[in-house]
Amino acid sequence: MDNIAGTKSSLTWAVNIAVVALVLLWTIPTFGLLVSSFRDRDQITTSGWWTSMSASERSITTRAGAPSEAVQVGDQWVIEGNLFEAGDGTITAFGINAQRPAEFAPGATAERRGAFITVQENGDYRITSVEQPTGNRGTRIFLASIEDPKFSFDNYERVLFSEGIGRSFLNTFTVTIPATIIPILIAAFAAYALAWMEFPGRALIVATVVGLLVVPLQMSLIPLLKLHNGVGLGKSYLGIWLAHTGFGLPLAVYLLRNYIIGLPREIIESARVDGATDFEIFTKIVLPLSFPALASFAIFQFLWTWNDLLVATVFLGNNEEQLVMTGRLRELLGSRGGDWEILAASAFVSIAVPLVVFFSMQKFLVRGLLAGSVKGG
Amino acid sequence: MNQLVFALGTVVVGVFGCVAYYFLSNLILDRIYPAKGEKAGHNINRANAVRPWLFLMPALLLLGLYLLYPVVQSIIYSFFDARGKTFVGLDNWRWLVGDEKFAEAMINNMLWLIVVPALATFFGLISAALTDRIKWGNFAKSLIFMPMAISFIGASVIWKFVYDFRAEGQEQIGILNAIVVAFGGTPEAWITLPFWNNFFLMVILVWIQTGFAMVILSAALRGIPEETIEAAILDGASPFQIFMKIKVPQIWGTIAVVWTTITILVLKVFDIVLAMTNGQWSSQVLANLMFDWMFRGADFGRASTVALVIMLMVTPIMVWNIRNARAEMK
Repeated sequence: MDNIAGTKSSLTWAVNIAVVALVLLWTIPTFGLLVSSFRDRDQITTSGWWTSMSASERSITTRAGAPSEAVQVGDQWVIEGNLFEAGDGTITAFGINAQRPAEFAPGATAERRGAFITVQENGDYRITSVEQPTGNRGTRIFLASIEDPKFSFDNYERVLFSEGIGRSFLNTFTVTIPATIIPILIAAFAAYALAWMEFPGRALIVATVVGLLVVPLQMSLIPLLKLHNGVGLGKSYLGIWLAHTGFGLPLAVYLLRNYIIGLPREIIESARVDGATDFEIFTKIVLPLSFPALASFAIFQFLWTWNDLLVATVFLGNNEEQLVMTGRLRELLGSRGGDWEILAASAFVSIAVPLVVFFSMQKFLVRGLLAGSVKGG
Repeated sequence: MNQLVFALGTVVVGVFGCVAYYFLSNLILDRIYPAKGEKAGHNINRANAVRPWLFLMPALLLLGLYLLYPVVQSIIYSFFDARGKTFVGLDNWRWLVGDEKFAEAMINNMLWLIVVPALATFFGLISAALTDRIKWGNFAKSLIFMPMAISFIGASVIWKFVYDFRAEGQEQIGILNAIVVAFGGTPEAWITLPFWNNFFLMVILVWIQTGFAMVILSAALRGIPEETIEAAILDGASPFQIFMKIKVPQIWGTIAVVWTTITILVLKVFDIVLAMTNGQWSSQVLANLMFDWMFRGADFGRASTVALVIMLMVTPIMVWNIRNARAEMK
């Protein structure tokens, strides 16, 4: 519609700005977590992710080495070391009293109960005293430090290999691949029958499928859980494949039937005249022609099974062999609610695959959405 | 790795099994009623009467077992006790009417039903109208559409970080509180504020669903006949008038479809509430209440009753859909 006179108006600037605002609003939440997933654990908890590119100021409370580490040098007892356990930073001030945590400049000497404490900019400290220090805990030292931004893959390494996310990733794949492919095949045959074969009761079946499109999953959970337990399927992969297949079928049959019924009648009629059986027509003509619709549904079903939490919680166990990504994320939210470095990295591991699928096959997804909702609703 | 091999193996076996079923059953049918010989015509008719059912059988079996049977069974369970053994008449329904948590969930669900479809459709319409007018519109569209690919649980993690709360005086790491503090406000633990937290949870679903609304409405907007718009321009209508008085009235049908689709989704929403608050701080919704009674309460009677309420709320939309579909088939 760009060519219509009058559509190019002075509003273009306003429109551009409005869209920029919308896009920012819609991407910032994800972006924030993405940035955080690469940040250092301590930095996440002490400064907002939007400041992550600049050096961050931190207040740290730490302890010097224990008195038992003291060594005698000449007539003095000395404890030496570095206050930064990991990484580096620059100390801007230090203190030995909680009320005045930034009392001394780096390099200055503080005195506490006969001990002289010096902290250098790089975190090196030296405590000297005439008498041998006693007690079992080191002196408390308060630091104000500036740290350079730190980005790394450490969080990802940690969640993939020691937090069980790697295992859940595999479990999710195990659920999604069969749960995507099997319903397509079953639905395609049914859709063809409903579109191009004459038999009594066809309209009723189509109406039923449309009705089943909106049946809430919640209805099915208890009866099916009992059924699965009853026939010995219990909590198994086979059970969840069947469940996903059953729940995905209405949409699959509906989408594919809408597409297949729109194929040109002449092609199918002329094949019939040439003596092809329905089975041949379906496999040799209809299936290849329906590729776009099959792809649309495949993407839907893949995203849906990958992102599903409810069905997996009900039909799969909570153990290491069966816990899927979404279930693991939920568990982490409960048990490690404050550990943003773990949550962020785990969330992105689980989001990554659907995002790749989404961006690479957006066309099919949009086509499927349009076929699914504009036509019949 | 073994597991993946196992999964791939099952795919091969499963797909092969399905194909074998269709292939063999058709072959057998052709053997029983060969399309030649003296009774060829009779045989072809017989085979044609049977064949659709061969094609449909697996789908019908699965649909019946996984969707139809549970509806009937749930109705039965709603009249039985927690273990589904003893008949208790209307006890579950009576409990439901008097239950505080259920009332809370109903009210919240009503709020969700009003706010989420309205906002998602509204933002979808706006972003569809705006992105269609600019050069980088498609890029903007995919970014707004992106949350569709993210799981509800993933989205919950993303937004929990946005809403993160640190005590006043500490450095805020959640962007919402940081903005509030920057404007001189006091930070709040948003998701624990009774009543208002509902809206903070709804934001997540609106965020996810706007892309869906946008894609569909954008297609509908493009389908509007250009003549109507040209005529309006010639009559001197402003862009805003064209949008409100010419374009929107012509896509009411699509807006209704988007609205109902999101409505159905809202009724089933459960992951977000489970992950964010688990129904605490008066943010319970029906789907999570049902889940609660099923797992923590281990009361199948009550859980089925709650599920049936969700089903009842979906039914008008279901009837409407079926009527539309039947009208289209004629």
